[in-house]
Amino acid sequence: MPKFDYAPAPESRAVVDIQPSYGLFVGGEFVEAAGAAFATVNPATEEVLAEIGEASAADVDRAVKAARSAYTRVWSRLSGTERGKYLYRIARIIQERARELAVLETLDNGKPIKESRDVDIPLAAAHFFYHAGWADKLSYAGLGPDPQPVGVVGQVIPWNFPFLMLAWKIAPALACGNTVVLKPAETTPLTALLFAEICQQADLPAGVVNIVTGAGATGQAIVEHPGIDKIAFTGSTEVGKLIARAVAGTRKRATLELGGKAANIVFDDAPIDQAVEGIVNGIFFNQGQVCCAGSRLLVQEPIAEEVERRLKRRLATLRVGDPMDKNTDVGAINSRHQLDRITELSAAGEAEGATRWDSGCPLPKNGFWFRPTVFTGVSQAHRIAQEEIFGPVLSVLTFRTPAEAVAKANNTPYGLSAGVWTEKGSRILWMADQLRAGVVWANTFNQFDPTSPFGGYQESGYGREGGRHGLEAYLQAATESTRKGSAR
Amino acid sequence: MSPTRPTSPAGRLEVRKTYKLYVGGKFPRSESGRSYAVHAAPGRNGRPGAFLANAALGSRKDARDAVVAARAAVGGWSGATAYNRGQVLYRVAEVMQGRAGQFTDEVAAGEGLTPARARAVVEAAIDRWVWYAGWPDKLAQVLGGLNPVAGPYFDISAPEPTGVVAIVAPQRSSLLGLVSVIAPAIVSGNTCVVLASEQRPLPAVTLGEVLATSDLPGGVVNLITGRTAEVAPWLASHRDVNAIDLTGCADADGVSWGELEAAAADNLKRVVRPAGDGAAGDGLTAVEPDWLATPGLERMAAYLETKTVWHPKGR
Repeated sequence: MPKFDYAPAPESRAVVDIQPSYGLFVGGEFVEAAGAAFATVNPATEEVLAEIGEASAADVDRAVKAARSAYTRVWSRLSGTERGKYLYRIARIIQERARELAVLETLDNGKPIKESRDVDIPLAAAHFFYHAGWADKLSYAGLGPDPQPVGVVGQVIPWNFPFLMLAWKIAPALACGNTVVLKPAETTPLTALLFAEICQQADLPAGVVNIVTGAGATGQAIVEHPGIDKIAFTGSTEVGKLIARAVAGTRKRATLELGGKAANIVFDDAPIDQAVEGIVNGIFFNQGQVCCAGSRLLVQEPIAEEVERRLKRRLATLRVGDPMDKNTDVGAINSRHQLDRITELSAAGEAEGATRWDSGCPLPKNGFWFRPTVFTGVSQAHRIAQEEIFGPVLSVLTFRTPAEAVAKANNTPYGLSAGVWTEKGSRILWMADQLRAGVVWANTFNQFDPTSPFGGYQESGYGREGGRHGLEAYLQAATESTRKGSAR
Repeated sequence: MSPTRPTSPAGRLEVRKTYKLYVGGKFPRSESGRSYAVHAAPGRNGRPGAFLANAALGSRKDARDAVVAARAAVGGWSGATAYNRGQVLYRVAEVMQGRAGQFTDEVAAGEGLTPARARAVVEAAIDRWVWYAGWPDKLAQVLGGLNPVAGPYFDISAPEPTGVVAIVAPQRSSLLGLVSVIAPAIVSGNTCVVLASEQRPLPAVTLGEVLATSDLPGGVVNLITGRTAEVAPWLASHRDVNAIDLTGCADADGVSWGELEAAAADNLKRVVRPAGDGAAGDGLTAVEPDWLATPGLERMAAYLETKTVWHPKGR
């Protein structure tokens, strides 16, 4: 049989227009940052894409003041209908500029174009659509009559889903009548800066959305700013705890969406081909840089060998390489820093006695790359079974009974997500009851929808994003003191 | 002197539109070949309004054809994702906005409103679509949910559309009222057959042209113009109609909504009665609601069935 290889199918980058340098988006316009500039690079090539301004504490202060002014003078006085119509406009512009956003996201993040094109950007548009509809229906959110916005919200988002996380943060905040100061991650600021332009095209009132770029210090300035009423953070558990400590003893509210070490549990009656696809999707989607990634495979003993064999065969067919190629399954790791962490934890896995396997596929010369990797013979105590790797590395453990699967799955300080694979419906529902996780996927994995709440138990954070439940994070019950405007 | 020529003041003869039915995504004339003259609202001095157009005088057969088209559209529309339905409804608002001038003229002429007042009514009608566009993907979250039954069962209730809804549209509010009765029916996946305002049918036909160009599948909304007293009884007694909205019977000529409700009982249609509290001692006295008020869930809920699913839990 002749072997048919995939011909290169690169997406064109002509659709994006990246400027050499970017300022901050404050009060409806782009302004110079006070701090030094830093570079954002394409992790697949290490090419510098643009110079980005680093927001100082004074810049953050200006952004918070702009947000406060927009909140008091404009946004909290608008009717929900009018707020909703702004959000519908934004949703439509995201759809109109979807290809541009997808290409920019892939260039800046390293994720395969097919994921940014088919997942990140359409879901972000859907998120704005869904929340646009809530803006004039908040009395139906189940939080009592006439719930009120919180005020000015500081939002700090990660680099793994830059634009989607922006949508998860900004859409509900604006729908509920708040204004925002948002900081994208320092390695992936470009789509957030394009979003600033989208706000301008939608004629969104100045100051309702402010984008400040920078690293940890900028984020800290947001968290500690006294003019901010609420912090919404997605990122590491370590930083999440810092934020929880920083807001302790203040009236600042916080919601935290943090790390995870999800168990993907496969019973011996599961449809194995579907389960293998789900395992692959669970840990290699977005290079495994997903807080809810199914990084621990728990497989029932009778089928463990067969699942491992089929899994390795499937991994050998994954196409790793140029993220801009439409056939690419696994793209680049987002940064050298992250690559180092994945490398270090994988070395620890070997050192602690687990068996390491990868497909040995060729990797590009430049950029940050890590082969899809599977560890077998992993025990509960190994670091690769306990710590979040945030990369394309799967740890395989086995179990005998449902009770043992539950015990192992719950043996983690995290609790973001879990997967269950079995043909038995009653067992799925029993497992869902036992698992201490905010999202349980049954016979599927990594499903997201704006109507479906997402968030974790335990050290995976608190608060939910999406769905009716997600609105709670951006609303408070109406009292005389909170009734600032008519933001219904 | 040049010979007199038939020209408009602008020097050009206007091209007028033929107002037809909207059935199954197409614009047929009435199968009966009939039409009736539609006039502007009477002036303040009581003088009859100017002739506006000949509208199709829909028949029993037109109504029955419309039910067939509506039934055929139920599967596709109710099977579309809630997200998709929401986007289509929002698209209706977008396309309506582009035709705001035309709607304003038609509403002003038909309802006897000043241009400014008519414009406000048209804008409210557009915003009404926007309001409903947000509901398809939220109804289940607001009206459904998990039931904490006393046993090891997963038990969940969720709303589903009832099917084909017949709507006797308001007689007075020919656009805002019309939109306010159509949108809540189709939000959840129902399809409908609408009998437009008898004396003011023109905005309904223009709305049909908007719906036809808004990605709304053909047959989801079917619009019949004609005599309410002639057509409504056939819809009320039709065995393949699941629900009927009698709002427009409040002040329709020669129509008793009580009789229509009785006819609807043949297959236990869900019935939305015309507004009114019976306080006058005469239960049949009805009025048109205040369409400018923000709606509640009632109209949407009227066309929903609640489905509850049980499933055991156990290892």
